[in-house]
Amino acid sequence: MSLSECVKIESLSKHFAETVAVSDVSLSVGRGEIFCLLGGSGCGKTTLLRMLAGFERPTAGRILIDGMDMADVPPNRRPVNLMFQSYALFPHMSVFQNVAFGLEQERVSRTEIDRRVREMLDAVKLEGLAGRKPQQLSGGQRQRVALARALVKRPKLLLLDEPLGALDKKLREHTQFELVALQRQLGITFVVVTHDQQEAMSLATRIGVMNQGRIVQVGTPDEIYESPATRFVADFIGSVNIFEGHIGNSGEGGLIAHCGALQIPLPSRVAMPDGTRLALALRPEKIRLQRQSDTGAQVGQRGTVEEVGYLGESSHYRVRLDDGTPLRVDVVNHRRDASQRIQRAERVTLTWSADDLIVLTD
Amino acid sequence: MSRRGYGSLAAGRFSRFMLVLGFLFLYLPIISLIIFSFNYSRLVTVWDSANSPSLRWYQELLNNEALLGAAWLSVQVAALTATLAVVLGTLAAFALLRAGPLRSRALLSAMIGAPLVMPEIITGLSLLLLFVTLEQWLGWPAGRGMLTIVIAHATLAMAYVAVVVQSRLASFDRSLEEAALDLGATPTTVFWRITLPLMWPALLSGWLLAFTLSWDDVVIAQFVAGPNASTLPMWVFSKLRLGVSPEINALATLVILFVALVLGCGTWLSRRRERQVQRPVST
Repeated sequence: MSLSECVKIESLSKHFAETVAVSDVSLSVGRGEIFCLLGGSGCGKTTLLRMLAGFERPTAGRILIDGMDMADVPPNRRPVNLMFQSYALFPHMSVFQNVAFGLEQERVSRTEIDRRVREMLDAVKLEGLAGRKPQQLSGGQRQRVALARALVKRPKLLLLDEPLGALDKKLREHTQFELVALQRQLGITFVVVTHDQQEAMSLATRIGVMNQGRIVQVGTPDEIYESPATRFVADFIGSVNIFEGHIGNSGEGGLIAHCGALQIPLPSRVAMPDGTRLALALRPEKIRLQRQSDTGAQVGQRGTVEEVGYLGESSHYRVRLDDGTPLRVDVVNHRRDASQRIQRAERVTLTWSADDLIVLTD
Repeated sequence: MSRRGYGSLAAGRFSRFMLVLGFLFLYLPIISLIIFSFNYSRLVTVWDSANSPSLRWYQELLNNEALLGAAWLSVQVAALTATLAVVLGTLAAFALLRAGPLRSRALLSAMIGAPLVMPEIITGLSLLLLFVTLEQWLGWPAGRGMLTIVIAHATLAMAYVAVVVQSRLASFDRSLEEAALDLGATPTTVFWRITLPLMWPALLSGWLLAFTLSWDDVVIAQFVAGPNASTLPMWVFSKLRLGVSPEINALATLVILFVALVLGCGTWLSRRRERQVQRPVST
């Protein structure tokens, strides 16, 4: 085990009666990382988190934190703290008492508690609210109390269950930057559970995508988004156009995928025998959309705009190719003038670079 | 104004009228009792307008040793019962809700509620039989008196407390306890610092309920009290057999005052507490 490893999970499983919540998960999280477990509801991510915190006993497998086996360590003895999705602030205690609670359990002296709580409240910008009760705080303030309460014990590992889930959009963006800044400053390892891919992408140094109790891919946000390993991952993170087909024979240069009536050139690095079944994934923003009248040459696929969703900074287009395949295309609106933008029912040409295609064979 | 407006106005008047009628039905007897407690006359139903209102019966009440003894015994019994019932009832509620997967939970839950619907005569009789048998076999409880009344009352009241506490415990947010555990508290600390303070309103209302049950019970007490212990309701009942004395009116007025005071305090306390511990509203 390397020195920089904070958490090591070895073929961990958890069964509840007949259902399998977590199935044979192996992971390692480095010290100082922000690792996101990303997955839909019921994928087992929360169960995995609760096993790390010690609230659930694994059916099989091991959890090592800083090299120590956690099998027989109860939650109150683990060097781990959890920030609950509901925050779980003690309603009968003030902000100060909430944050001090963890230190009181360590038998830290009163003056030391006082100093560290103040310090922590400063760090999360709650200095003036120490005397308030949780129900007198806004959602964002409660979130910061929960964070302060979990961090004040200086755990080796902080677990965060949907940390931004209960905040509104503006506050989320602000808070996620603060969270990352605080994490860098303290150097504590974070394991974050979320179903929100944007939250995961913006926070994480690495993401583990979970599906049906298994980890399906681990990678940096960039790897997960641009090079998904499976169709599930491609589909779960962001939106994607999928073409299904097989490799057809073609002489000139690279390989060609035959997807229905479409013939799509593949990236040159792909080497597969003829006839291999595959799926091609293409992100909507990787497609260039042009009016057919503007393009002289006969490159790209032709189609008709069926639907335009105007979102302000960008527009979502639903284009039907001439062979009937529907495609989603995202275009940034970098001009104010509406007449510059492609409208519904216009004939368009779609082009993309072959390198932007993701080749999936699962 | 629209017809509907008239209609709802009439409906409003009607329901207000019914409300007043209902409350009169409930409180007229009590009000008349309070008024007659200030009557000077020895005859309960004849108002002596020459000498009334007077505090004559209140004074006689205060000089009545037997009555004061009974009242003091009742207070002691009720307080002991309530405390015992809260401890046992709370333990029962915790055991029923938290003792892991119990296949017989539904059955046990129903069984704890049984005393609520059992006729008091049967409860009283069965307890008397139990006490007598126990005394023959073990020599405890020796004779019948305050101890046996308390045990009998607590048996009944504990079921009520269990129901009250159970409903509150079922809606208890367990992530609060998990959070405390996660922050390094031992399970014992979690109980004393998180669970108990947040359950306090339920325990208090359970205590008051148990107190009230014990305070006005006459049936069970009649069975298990023995010759030397007489609670206030028992004393009142025995007095009534010899004819109603106006003293009873004065006593009843004091009891009503006392109950109103206790209930008022309890409501105020638990309101204040509830307001303090209100679950944060999600935003």
